[in-house]
Amino acid sequence: MFTHNLTIICVLGTLAGPALAQEGARTVAALPETLEETGERAPAEVPQSSAEEVGDIVPANTAYGVGQPASEDEIAAIDIDVMPDGRGLPEGSGTYAEGEKLYETICATCHGADMMGVSELGAPQLIGGRGTLASDQPVKTVESYWPYASTFFDYTHRAMPMTEAGSLSADEVYAISAYVLGKAGITGSEAATTLDAESMAKIVMPNADGFVADPRPDIGE
Amino acid sequence: MRKTATAKWGMFNGLTRRSLLMGGVVLGGSALAGGRARAEAPPGAIEYDVQTDPTKEQGRLILDDGGYGSRSQFENEVRWRYPTASPDSSWSMTPLASGQGIMTPSGLHFERHHGGIPTIDPRTHELILHGMVNQPMRFTMDDLKRLPAVSKIHFIECSGNGLTEWAKPTLKTVQGTHGLTSTSEWTGVRLSTLLEMAGVQDTAAWILAEGADAAVMTRSVPIDKAMDDAIVAYAQNGEALRPEQGYPLRLLLPGYEGNTHIKWLRRLDVSDKPFMTREETSKYSDLMPDGTARQFTLEMDAKSVITFPSGAMKLPRAGFYEVTGIAWSGRGKIAKVDVSADGGATWHEAALDGPVLPKCHTRFRLPWTWTGEEAVLQSRTVDETGYVQPTLEQLIEVRGLKSVYHLNAIQSWHIAPDGEVTNVHA
Repeated sequence: MFTHNLTIICVLGTLAGPALAQEGARTVAALPETLEETGERAPAEVPQSSAEEVGDIVPANTAYGVGQPASEDEIAAIDIDVMPDGRGLPEGSGTYAEGEKLYETICATCHGADMMGVSELGAPQLIGGRGTLASDQPVKTVESYWPYASTFFDYTHRAMPMTEAGSLSADEVYAISAYVLGKAGITGSEAATTLDAESMAKIVMPNADGFVADPRPDIGE
Repeated sequence: MRKTATAKWGMFNGLTRRSLLMGGVVLGGSALAGGRARAEAPPGAIEYDVQTDPTKEQGRLILDDGGYGSRSQFENEVRWRYPTASPDSSWSMTPLASGQGIMTPSGLHFERHHGGIPTIDPRTHELILHGMVNQPMRFTMDDLKRLPAVSKIHFIECSGNGLTEWAKPTLKTVQGTHGLTSTSEWTGVRLSTLLEMAGVQDTAAWILAEGADAAVMTRSVPIDKAMDDAIVAYAQNGEALRPEQGYPLRLLLPGYEGNTHIKWLRRLDVSDKPFMTREETSKYSDLMPDGTARQFTLEMDAKSVITFPSGAMKLPRAGFYEVTGIAWSGRGKIAKVDVSADGGATWHEAALDGPVLPKCHTRFRLPWTWTGEEAVLQSRTVDETGYVQPTLEQLIEVRGLKSVYHLNAIQSWHIAPDGEVTNVHA
């Protein structure tokens, strides 16, 4: 029974493999082709440097002539990180009022209308908890724990919402930031309170000084 | 179980090690063969008819399984998913109790995902290296495979390994208490090779590593680590990475906490400062009793655990058992492992299977005769830096109960007179 299946697999491997590859829609690997005369399986193709594909060994100043220079456009297309000093923050802006609407539509399902989180969904509480970090019941939230506002922008932009990761525009993330940080009492909670690259970089979070370098080994010696 | 010192315990004898116990370990597997009903074969296995007498008829034909191979239908070890609320951001644990030697089968390597397991076509996947470099570079998977490579055997341990065990014994098995560590051979390009090609500028101090999963997972890595022993890995245990381990490309930072080994690696951004991503601020930072949090707690301190006997097993009777387990350190080689059967009152040095590799699981073994009376088994390792694996009390005294990560305390397994093995704080 299994022998029979094997025969079919072999035939498909040799015939269908190359045919599918030509269509360019292959989403699984074909079995390796068999060599003439001996019937051995062919080894994988020798990897081709992308530098060779473009005709020259580029860049010539590297030892291997492998890979290519990355263009500014190629980098810009995926360079989404934001740093505490504001480097990487995109153009755009959003208000508390816009953020409130967006939050209710996009964020509240998981994080709760009151931003207190929904534990059954694994969605954490976003605000509150100030003053609890040294207690027996520390509540770690954006408000009480996160040291930089940039982190909130960066993470929300790259990975939220979970059901449609990375779908929010820069304006939307500024607006949601204005609403969440406003609700946290970190930035203003007037409807017109606006966040953009400049104002975002100036925010000082409540727990900005709460982190220390790793002192380990702290025991065991 | 705090005071078991008065209990009698077994003796460590000089018997040569023989694997009398292995039959016991595998017993679980025979459960599925118990019923004659045609159960579905365990994951990774194919069910074949069991021959009445395999010496009297030909066995199945070569390549019957298609040419990749499969494990015996009588073997059933699987990873176990910790019941997090969200299945997208979750983890699964290696069944250490049945593990042999130091290598983890690729299919049993623990997993931690923050946005599920992406399916990525290696023909279109690229790695971009940019930031504070003289020449930003773009590499295809083929490019990376053309470069000089290294193969190294290293453990990866999640810094959350054991997080359920701070306040009280919670999970019952060694898979639950310690299963977020695994060892593989990893092959790829040294990160220093790529950085030298791009030309790192003098101001560079950190590198952001970014994955191509739905979490677009990011961590900042010190440039010194990147230039030291970091690997941009495309292979695991002799074949391409498993998808859940980052196919087609992952970062490997030997000895560092697992979440920094960014999987599905797509971008490296060289900078002068750390990026302060979510995973190095709100998560994977260690809250201390005074309310401050330790950040960039990157190296995994030395740790060991006895995997046999271990929690939820039952020793069938008094007699000889080989006590065995694994030890590892993110700071180098394991120098020594001691084993106690009396809750730490007396210690006996275990034998280490060689070669002992740096930042790698190390298998230890010690013959033991259990007298049938109450005992508490513990292991305690020392690494080549002289660091001694602490007790839980020592850890809690310094770090309190709210730091979540980096629990590397001595583990205690209580052996009851009836042979039941349970997870205890002793």
